Amino acid sequence: MTNHALGDTGVLTGRSLRHILRSPDTIITTAVTPIALMLLFVYVLGGAINTGSDESYINYMLPGILLITIASGIAYTAYRLFLDLQGGIFERFQSMPIARSSVLWAHVLTSLTANLVSVVIVIGVALIMGFRTGASVGAWLAVGGILILFTLALTWLAVIAGLSAKTVDGASAFSYPLIFLPFISSAFVPTTSMPGPVAWFAENQPVTSIVNTIRALFAQQPVGSNIWIALAWLVGILVVAYAFAIVAYRRKIS
Amino acid sequence: MIAEPAIQVRGIEKSFKDVQVLRGVDFDVKAGSIFALLGSNGAGKTTLVRILSTLLKADAGTATVHHFDVAAKPGDVRESISLTGQFAAVDEVLSGRENLVLIAKLRHLKDPGAIADDLLARFSLTEAGSRKAATYSGGMRRRLDIAMSLIGNPPIIFLDEPTTGLDPQARIEVWQTIKKLADSGTTVLLTTQYLEEAEQLADRIAILHKGTIIQNGTLTELKQLLPPAKVEYVEKQPSLEDVFLALVGDTGETDTTANDDRPDGTVAPRKESR
Repeated sequence: MTNHALGDTGVLTGRSLRHILRSPDTIITTAVTPIALMLLFVYVLGGAINTGSDESYINYMLPGILLITIASGIAYTAYRLFLDLQGGIFERFQSMPIARSSVLWAHVLTSLTANLVSVVIVIGVALIMGFRTGASVGAWLAVGGILILFTLALTWLAVIAGLSAKTVDGASAFSYPLIFLPFISSAFVPTTSMPGPVAWFAENQPVTSIVNTIRALFAQQPVGSNIWIALAWLVGILVVAYAFAIVAYRRKIS
Repeated sequence: MIAEPAIQVRGIEKSFKDVQVLRGVDFDVKAGSIFALLGSNGAGKTTLVRILSTLLKADAGTATVHHFDVAAKPGDVRESISLTGQFAAVDEVLSGRENLVLIAKLRHLKDPGAIADDLLARFSLTEAGSRKAATYSGGMRRRLDIAMSLIGNPPIIFLDEPTTGLDPQARIEVWQTIKKLADSGTTVLLTTQYLEEAEQLADRIAILHKGTIIQNGTLTELKQLLPPAKVEYVEKQPSLEDVFLALVGDTGETDTTANDDRPDGTVAPRKESR
């Protein structure tokens, strides 16, 4: 049975990717809010913000915008999983001789694909708005890797939400604080401009180290210790979320 | 081998928190027969079906399906069964054909496209095959649901309230489908709250009440439990169902209303079958 796990996951991933192709609005709505924020910050608020660097403001804030894109995108992951559970299709899959984990992995891979497409759209708009980087291929790959890790970590959180939600609204509501988190970080203004306790929180929450790493990679600056703090957070969240998601899944199917 | 029942249930118990839903259920289902589990809402029918289809674990008792213990060999049980749950388990975003192809691929069968086309034809869904399942009527959705369950020819099929929420025509269509299934040798366990459905379809009927089987027998046996029939003269009034079916035509073809220009005669044989 397990030797079919990969094939089954592939078939089921194809199914949920087809869902996205049939309702591309889920990708567009995921990209619209970050793009609107980007326009607002660059053309309205950005002129008054002193980042303390020579970088253009869009270069400064793009990393945070990308994280917001992913944080809002994973709400759809929870939503799609929840709808499968609500309808009978989940039970049909569970009563069939297919690898049980493939049902979850299909949603995770779909989430990864959909979010990467949204991220590419947002980067495209940023380029039009004047975002420039001289980052090498290696630096781009590093940025891609960090964004993939971030998506996976949040996706497994979304799986917990999707499995345990009682209503459709509940399934996606968990993403609101995640979308808000970058605002209390170094994503839009330097943390040094914040009052003491807020600055402390901002400096010690995961988003800041991730944003600083991506920003340094784009600006061809040394990433310093930020990258290790970022990776520790990402891997930590991923492992904990995965463990809880599997527990929630076991409870659901037994 | 032949004498051994396709489904054997012994002393199954199941509680949810303080509520004891099943209090020791026993019955056998003969291979190739239609077995109806009759009971009102909340009698425990769905819980029992979920246990037999490995979705739920029993607290006590044993059950074998196709000679495999549901608790010890759930993988083998899943290879031998198909479940059509209470709510049509179709993917609404996909077309009817894509739904069938999906299940055929998940059952690792060769040529999923041909399997899908064959089932679409058998269930008079060829025309609707490329439409999203979300646009289907209740009866069509149920037919697609059952068609999905037949992929891979599982020897045992569970149908949990297959006609709940369907209009009379669609119900007759589903009945015809189930009869055909049993004729081809599939063992069918169906749950229903409609007495007429059990009467129409089942070789054996078990009445599940408050978590136990209170009666189990053929229709004739069950009828003998009551005092012998008296002869009374009653003016025969057509039932509302008779009137309804006479007015709209008793063919049970709900999807032809949308597509009157059906080019082939795929539905013709079913029209005379009642």
